[in-house]
Amino acid sequence: MSKVQITMTVNGQAVEGQVEPRCLLIHFLREQLSLTGPHIGCETSHCGACTVDLDGMSVKSCTVFAVQADGAEVLTVEGMAEAGGTLSAIQEGFMQEHGLQCGFCTPGMITRAYRLLQENHDPSDEEIRSGISGNLCRCTGYQNIVKAVRYAADKINAPREAAE
Amino acid sequence: MIPGPFEYHQPGTVDEAVALLGQYGDAGQMIAGGHSLIPMMKLRLAVPEHLIDLRRVDGLTGIKEEGGALVIGAMTTQHELIGSSLLAEKCPILRETAEVIADPQVRYCGTLGGNVANGDPGNDMPAVMQCLGAAYLLQGPNGARNVAARDFYEAAYFTARADDEILTAVRIPTPPAGHGFAYEKLKRKVGDYATAAAAVVLSLENGACVSASIALTNVGSTPLYAEAAGQALVGTACGDEAVGEAVRLAREITEPADDMRGPADYRTHVAGVMVARAVARAAGQ
Amino acid sequence: MANTEEMTLEEREKTLGGIGSARKRKEDVRFIQGKGNYVDDIKLPGEVFGDFVRSPYAHARVTSIDTEAATAVPGVIAVLTADDLKPLNLHWMPTLAGDSQAVLADEKVHFQNQEVAFVIGEDRYAVSDGVQAVEVDYEELPVLVDPRKSLDDDAPILREDAKDKSEVGQGPRQHPNHIFTWDVGDKAATDQAFADAAVTVKEEIFYQRVHPCPLEPSGCVASMDKVKGELTLYGTFQAPHVIRTVVSLISGLPEHKIRVISPDIGGGFGSKVGAYPGYVCAVVGSIVLGRPVKWVESRIDNLSTTAFARDYRMTGELAADDQGKITGLRVHVLADHGAFNAHAQPSKWPAGLFSIVTGSYDIPAAHVSVDGVYTNKAPGGVAYRCSFRVTEASYLIERMVDVLAQKVEVDKAEIRLRNFITPEQFPYTSCLGWDYDSGDYPTALKKALDAVGYDALRQEQAEKRARGELMGIGVVTFTEIVGAGPMRNCDILGLGMFDSCEIRVHPTGSVIARLGTKSQGQGHETTFAQIIASELGIPSDDITIEEGDTDTAPYGLGTYGSRSTPVAGAAAAQAARQLRAKAHKIAAHMLEVGPDDLEWEVDRFKVKGLPEKQATMKEIAFAAYANVPDGMEPGLEAVNYYDPPNFTFPFGAYVCVVDVDPETGEVKVRRFYALDDCGTRINPMVIEGQVHGGLTEAFAIALGQELTFDEIGNIQGASLMDYFLPTAVETPVWETDYTVTPSPHHPIGAKGVGESPNVGGVSAFSNAVVDAFAHLGVTHMPMPHTAWRVWQTCRDLGLSG
Repeated sequence: MSKVQITMTVNGQAVEGQVEPRCLLIHFLREQLSLTGPHIGCETSHCGACTVDLDGMSVKSCTVFAVQADGAEVLTVEGMAEAGGTLSAIQEGFMQEHGLQCGFCTPGMITRAYRLLQENHDPSDEEIRSGISGNLCRCTGYQNIVKAVRYAADKINAPREAAE
Repeated sequence: MIPGPFEYHQPGTVDEAVALLGQYGDAGQMIAGGHSLIPMMKLRLAVPEHLIDLRRVDGLTGIKEEGGALVIGAMTTQHELIGSSLLAEKCPILRETAEVIADPQVRYCGTLGGNVANGDPGNDMPAVMQCLGAAYLLQGPNGARNVAARDFYEAAYFTARADDEILTAVRIPTPPAGHGFAYEKLKRKVGDYATAAAAVVLSLENGACVSASIALTNVGSTPLYAEAAGQALVGTACGDEAVGEAVRLAREITEPADDMRGPADYRTHVAGVMVARAVARAAGQ
Repeated sequence: MANTEEMTLEEREKTLGGIGSARKRKEDVRFIQGKGNYVDDIKLPGEVFGDFVRSPYAHARVTSIDTEAATAVPGVIAVLTADDLKPLNLHWMPTLAGDSQAVLADEKVHFQNQEVAFVIGEDRYAVSDGVQAVEVDYEELPVLVDPRKSLDDDAPILREDAKDKSEVGQGPRQHPNHIFTWDVGDKAATDQAFADAAVTVKEEIFYQRVHPCPLEPSGCVASMDKVKGELTLYGTFQAPHVIRTVVSLISGLPEHKIRVISPDIGGGFGSKVGAYPGYVCAVVGSIVLGRPVKWVESRIDNLSTTAFARDYRMTGELAADDQGKITGLRVHVLADHGAFNAHAQPSKWPAGLFSIVTGSYDIPAAHVSVDGVYTNKAPGGVAYRCSFRVTEASYLIERMVDVLAQKVEVDKAEIRLRNFITPEQFPYTSCLGWDYDSGDYPTALKKALDAVGYDALRQEQAEKRARGELMGIGVVTFTEIVGAGPMRNCDILGLGMFDSCEIRVHPTGSVIARLGTKSQGQGHETTFAQIIASELGIPSDDITIEEGDTDTAPYGLGTYGSRSTPVAGAAAAQAARQLRAKAHKIAAHMLEVGPDDLEWEVDRFKVKGLPEKQATMKEIAFAAYANVPDGMEPGLEAVNYYDPPNFTFPFGAYVCVVDVDPETGEVKVRRFYALDDCGTRINPMVIEGQVHGGLTEAFAIALGQELTFDEIGNIQGASLMDYFLPTAVETPVWETDYTVTPSPHHPIGAKGVGESPNVGGVSAFSNAVVDAFAHLGVTHMPMPHTAWRVWQTCRDLGLSG
């Protein structure tokens, strides 16, 4: 099968590659771009470990062909830290609130939390739970993940609230 | 985990897409949001040799009201349905239903057109469309036609759409202002298909029901429009006896599969419970 | 590194971040940036990929395998079948339970999705195409999926390879499909107790087949360096050293030429202990091709072929007086082990540690017998936070105590108080042979009951029942047994179940320590640093913990069954104490006093009466390399191999409140309160996380997980479409609490906690659901308590439909 040329912006950098049309975005990211943050936990699009941010949407990158992301802007967990390497509020929240154990769901979870807080700056616990319902975790029971997202929301909103 | 190989096409117009479907026949398949098709391709249960992506086709997006109907482009995502203030005002059952479809990520990609067109009995929107008396706009090599949602579904994965037709939009007669609505879905967890679900849209005047529509999800090989059940509410105050009759009539038409959500008799029972709860909510609004 | 010169005592203790500190985890910093290193992240130069052709049939002869079309697929390099492995004698491999397991199907297949051929190619896409192209012909055979039929005279014989063997590794057997009979206890005394009893109860209790389903599937990368004759094997191994020894034994490569590395592991829960065919095929592939071979399974592969858990059909019986005081316990178990006995257990224990089944109760007489049988299902049985069958045992006794409570009409909390082993009875030897180290069950239960307002809940329940509403309260007081284990009775393939820690202090006062265990998310890089920090007086921030590389880590038996803290944690404390003893002598030398003139304070030695004369550990570390007393070896390094004198016995009291919707059968968990006693608590934050995670797994097991089979052996529910992994929406909010009853035999009094919430949790949920119907005469309901099953009970009782 002949390959197709694609280009996209990933974590702020322009990249290009040659892919079979059937190449899944998750494989393009992990194998061609060596971005091994997003993980593969299933093949039926349930677990969310592969979640990336694509053109402003939380997307399961195992359920998108790389050719469909041609020209897109993609953000993975590797692009979450701020310029200069400072951890984002979400990353800090996961560490402060023990929102991870084995770490396998964490990249997808953090990337989803990022978009969740863009959708809703001040989610309730219930809204956080519903907001991350596309990301499965086997280790934490979610309770500390909810606290981590809460921590991040409070930290992000503090300057916003101070300004108001 | 790995799909079979295919050639990838990105038509820019409906006519181009239709032509590609005609050209490739059985070897070609349309892809909308991809969240039904790609999982099947990964398990090699679907092996199209040509994938015709609708994402760049003109004219398949947008939500508007014209001529007393809400017209929604087929490529409108569930996320967009939820965020539409027009729909929130005019047809809130759509948001309520979209919110219980799959999960946040899937809703960013999954489309209304995909959900109503592929004939999967587990999809939620088909019953809602039947409840609303919606029509689907189909476009093929010989032009465009409308098919009522209530006439569209023939069997699991078999619909009135010809292989070389594309569903381009959904047309919903705008429900009367102040209508009651509910989509009650019993599921094992977020992301699951319905064990059973009921869509209800009704209108009351002076405490009496003047119109009612009931439709059921995933308790048959197609969505089920429970016409008699809806009729049983008309002229009543939607009290226990009338609801009981509607439930009985709704259960009568179910033919659910036995699966891990439960045996058929359980799902039929639950379908009735969903009808009762949906009617109670719709009538209470 | 912190400068402790100017700090107060409190500040120094805080800086230490030692035992008891809820300090943040050291491993997090890489995971939150997507810089974990899991097996599938590894990409070695020249690496190729391999995957399996799997049988669609549960029991069939393989009459032909045609690989020609597959090898012609672009990118496919080779296809291995059993015939290719035979010359290396690798088409079968030994299991941890003394049986053997097919690596690639040798003339027949025994369970659906069993491995038949291994396709190796340049990338996973080519391999996938290759797998599709292999043509296999099968001749179907009659299928056996009901273990109750395994021992029938006319049952199909599954293991033709073993049919003439009178033993398959676990003692004499009676039938070709029989694996073992194991029993323990005093049968005569137990029978007598039942004959004399005022009250007896009996219940059939089935603990359904489930699977640990860690988010990361199993996998490996095998890389054979043909020039040096050295094999490097990365993999999802909870016990890397055991894997190294096993690979050496089966391949003939000497151990010093094999390096096994467990990198970061995305959850194990017992499913990554044993060896899988994928590991063997990847190793063979690498040896044959001279290139690294990666194998990573799919989720469906994982759920349908790797180590399942439970599948214990138990008959429980209690004898008691009319006040509910238990006089005897009798249990028979029919254990469905699947087609090969790959039970991951200490070798002398074919039913693991099931004999903990007397639980927290002072039971004078008990007898347990277990029969293991073969069926056409995947091998396994010990997995999923079970502590070697402790989950099954605890479920049995906690359910039976509730059954008895209902029979004698005694409150379910009260009956437990009446039967507890009292604090005065410790150390306690159970009638099935376990020496419980310590426990205070009445305090734990009373604290739990107070916290939830138990009396008010029972009052509320009575009121609801009068209105026809269904509310259930589940009370569970479990004792479990972990920390395998003493070498005198615990071994894996003959290797004693000790564990180890090696510590080296650098001249500038920081530390590296390596252990024989392997974390899969339990936080060892943090918690073991905390133990060493407290013992050695060096801040945990300055202590690097490494696990998983068999070239550098001392030999250990790995992490499962909550054994890391009890065994390797003890080794860490002992090694650190050796170092402190040496430091003591160096300090005396530095300060020109006798050792008895010194006292230890947090992170330094001080001269008694002259506190300004002190030597900090940092100073002593440098001195160890610069200025040691005459006759003393320089350096500051110690290793300890710890053979635990006993297991440890964590315990807990859980209360679960549920409300049941009779119209749909849905169970809503209103409240869950978990009190755990794991002895000394190293990091309260980590403990709480373990409890949250274990309770969530228990919730999933009790309310939705099951792997079933139709009559021709097709597995049902082996994908995440159906296998119930709750999202954040379904998962309840957990309330956690604790008491502390240290283990008297453990150097720091710690017992381990990881398994406890799954052990106690499942019973708590199940007891709560049954309790919701207890007033209507229901004594037991089988798990999982899916909405449809619960509704059937409602319907049968006339509450719905």
